[in-house]
Amino acid sequence: MTKLGAGVPDSIQGSVVRRGDLVFRRLAKGAGLAVLVVLAAIAGFLVWRSVPGLRANTANFLTSTAWFPDQSPSRFGIAAIAFGTVVTAALALLIAVPIGFGVALFIAFYAPPKLATALGFIVDLLAAVPSIIFGLWGLQVLMPHLGGLQRWLNDHLGFIPIFHNSLGIYTKSLFVAAVVLGVMVLPTVSAISREIFLKVPHSNVEAALALGATRWETMRMAVLPFSRPGMISAAMLGLGRALGETIAVALILSALNVVNWHVTEPGGNTFAANIALGWNEAGPIGLSALIASGLVLFVLTLVVNVVARSIIWRRAEFHEGL
Amino acid sequence: MAKRIDITNVSSYYGKFEAVSDVSLRIEPNAVTAFIGPSGCGKSTLLRTLNRMHEVVPGTSVTGEILLDGENIYDDTVDPVNVRRTIGMVFQRPNPFPTMSIYENVAAGIRLDARRMPKSELDGLVERSLQAANLWNEVKDRLKKPGASLSGGQQQRLCIARAIAVEPAVLLMDEPCSSLDPISTLAIEDLIDELKNNYTIVIVTHNMQQAARVSDTTAFFNLAGIGQPGRLIESAPTALIFSTPGQKATEDYISGRFG
Amino acid sequence: MTTLTLATGHLQGRRLPRAAAPATALVAAALAVLLGQISPVSGVAGTTCVAVVLFFAGYTALSFAVEGSRHAIDRLASTLIYASFLAALVPLVWILSTVLVRGGRVLSAGFLGHSMRGIGADATGGGVYHALVGTIEQVLLATVIAVPIGVLTAIYLVEYGRHSKLSKAIGFFVDVMTGVPSIIAGLFVYSAFIVSLGFQRTGLAGALALSILMIPVVVRSTEEMLKIVPSELREAAYALGVPKWRTILRVVIPTAIGGITTGVMLAIARISGETAPLLLTTFLSQSINFNPTSGPQASIPTFVWDQIGSATHPALDRAWAGALVLILFVAVLYTTARLIAWVTGGARR
Ligand SMILES: Nc1ncnc2c1ncn2[C@@H]1O[C@H](COP(=O)(O)OP(=O)(O)O)[C@@H](O)[C@H]1O
Ligand SMILES: [Mg+2]
Repeated sequence: MTKLGAGVPDSIQGSVVRRGDLVFRRLAKGAGLAVLVVLAAIAGFLVWRSVPGLRANTANFLTSTAWFPDQSPSRFGIAAIAFGTVVTAALALLIAVPIGFGVALFIAFYAPPKLATALGFIVDLLAAVPSIIFGLWGLQVLMPHLGGLQRWLNDHLGFIPIFHNSLGIYTKSLFVAAVVLGVMVLPTVSAISREIFLKVPHSNVEAALALGATRWETMRMAVLPFSRPGMISAAMLGLGRALGETIAVALILSALNVVNWHVTEPGGNTFAANIALGWNEAGPIGLSALIASGLVLFVLTLVVNVVARSIIWRRAEFHEGL
Repeated sequence: MAKRIDITNVSSYYGKFEAVSDVSLRIEPNAVTAFIGPSGCGKSTLLRTLNRMHEVVPGTSVTGEILLDGENIYDDTVDPVNVRRTIGMVFQRPNPFPTMSIYENVAAGIRLDARRMPKSELDGLVERSLQAANLWNEVKDRLKKPGASLSGGQQQRLCIARAIAVEPAVLLMDEPCSSLDPISTLAIEDLIDELKNNYTIVIVTHNMQQAARVSDTTAFFNLAGIGQPGRLIESAPTALIFSTPGQKATEDYISGRFG
Repeated sequence: MTTLTLATGHLQGRRLPRAAAPATALVAAALAVLLGQISPVSGVAGTTCVAVVLFFAGYTALSFAVEGSRHAIDRLASTLIYASFLAALVPLVWILSTVLVRGGRVLSAGFLGHSMRGIGADATGGGVYHALVGTIEQVLLATVIAVPIGVLTAIYLVEYGRHSKLSKAIGFFVDVMTGVPSIIAGLFVYSAFIVSLGFQRTGLAGALALSILMIPVVVRSTEEMLKIVPSELREAAYALGVPKWRTILRVVIPTAIGGITTGVMLAIARISGETAPLLLTTFLSQSINFNPTSGPQASIPTFVWDQIGSATHPALDRAWAGALVLILFVAVLYTTARLIAWVTGGARR
């Protein structure tokens, strides 16, 4: 060390800044900025590259169900894929959210504490299974098993339009895709809500028990109200995953761009599946059209994620303030 | 209303570790009993054994007998939920429910088994509980405000109001003033003095003067050594314990020679 | 305080005996089997569903009759919570066992050692070697790109930017980025590098897309690890006159290196199963290509995709075997990550 005080961190002695510090600091900051730049660049390039397709389109991009971008005249719209995306994601959440919250409550409060970490790890393994394997399993193994359930729904609840099936064919339906999506989204919902549950002050749990609350009443009194915002964002992050999941859905759906409320009938398509399935056959305008639909998907998932993360972040600052 | 507790040969365990050993003690109704002793000697553990909160910690167990007006609270036919409802508890740090208003905090316990209580009756009950906790005048204009918006001392009195709103027979307090300033501490001590007209009160305290001020009976606990269980050394009327303790260890402790 | 209306002093409460739950379960199962004889709901799945519903209803009703509504609701809630955990295990066990059984039938040294060159969809044989090569190269490239950016970003967030507006923004968008669908990363690399800059669809392009998915995961895990490095260590170094950047490189990073490595391995595990971005940025290939910067290059996920698409029996067998290889690949990464965490004591939950 050459000079007294030369190594004092720059935050204390601003005037003495070493070159090494300056370079390293800029490098680190540059990397951080790169993350923001990438996100902005994704939006920028998707906008730029969707222009040719949108220019050539003669149908209404938002309301048309057709997807014939490479024909002349070019006609395509996202109505059908948006419908399929939203319906499968919503059904998936109906499965994943209650079970995910249940799993999280189980691990945080019901399981023996010694086992809880291990059991949480096992559920997290579900998140480590690649999408392609979910797709393969969904297509080859689960789909035949869901035929009976869907037929039963049609036979007994067929008066509800979404369960009605006039074809008698129960494969490759939005319903099957939604069940697989539900399983895929489950670990997201359960992992995030588990983190939230573990932040509940133990003193409040004890207060409820000492008032003579049963275990479930303790959940209702001390745990669930405290965790509500976090549970909402857990569900939304699950939604984000369900909206953007590609491969499993692409393998299961028969990729017919139709708006069909009978979700147990074959057909239907999603943003992501449409891109994956149409990519290699698409010409220049077709590719641009797929990029345009990808842009919509990007914005959709971005909004969902930003809202969900804002809730969690506001909560985190609240905790730091406690 | 207030009930007597008879503790006979009670030992409490965390797994295999015996935290308090072989305690026998009578806790009189309408009186304040103080548990004193060095930290780690099992005062909190014994206190939590009295309302079956001890068993909330996994792996714990209890032996011996605890009678509440003659009824064994550890009997197979006894529902721990009812025990906790009858024997209320106030904790070391104030723990109002952060998502609930002052009003909701007090009403929380009542709502459990009287869901359909008319609003006016509930209002009355909340008011009386807050009054009994000497908090009503300070909060009556802001019942809808979050309980966490109160000062520490007020929060602790809110927790007392919450505990007495369900009309328990016994009130257990685990160092209820240890996180409070002297003025709030005084307010709580005054309150304890009033509450003993209606309840059996057991208070754990680190503070010798506090035990001397508020309690009628004092029970002194001690540890034989690290890893040894805590034991009840002696229990006697407070005036007696502080003037002429029966045991050398008690004398050493209250004269500040250790602990 | 004389007229409180609540009654106190009922310590007694009738409780269900421990045997009530298994007994109810047995009765429910027996009833379900009987019902299966006469009702349209039958088969293993149908009977199980009926048994489960009967159990929930019967157990709750029994508890309601004996213990009252509060305990009945409590028991129903507990049962549902336990059941949801079991329900979550079903697909996990189902998927893993199917992959093991169906993939295990085909997996062999030959499968690992051969490519698909010259093997038609109807033919048996062939293997995953070319895809393994591709996946390893692509994942390594993605790691080489993502780790420096991710670790530096985390260093900025923890060591330099604490509480500044910019670091909050970066931290927030890193979280948001973890939720961007993987196919979007593929679209981006295609739009930016292939269409706009004129590169080819190669293994490198695929690696670029994978690195975008990897960066936020690396940032997050590294950040967590840096945060738990005790600040006394940094202060001790400053006190000796060591400049900040060297403190970070010589003291902070080495202290956290175990945890950082674990995080990186988990991030690699996450991206090695990604299919969608590779479908858009690489060309499927049936033969071995060691060069990720030119020409088509396969990968295990796209190999499985390709075999499923062929839909013949031998192809589906290969798909399952490929799935098994992929699972094993991910499992090795996971186990290594945990081992590193365990050895270095930076265990993460
Ligand atoms: N949850 C627990 N698990 C295991 N041991 C505990 C637990 N709580 C307290 N103990 C142990 O029991 C003994 C008595 O503790 P405690 O009742 O808290 O003492 P006090 O309140 O007198 O300070 C101590 O040795 C303590 O370490
Ligand atoms: Mg204590």
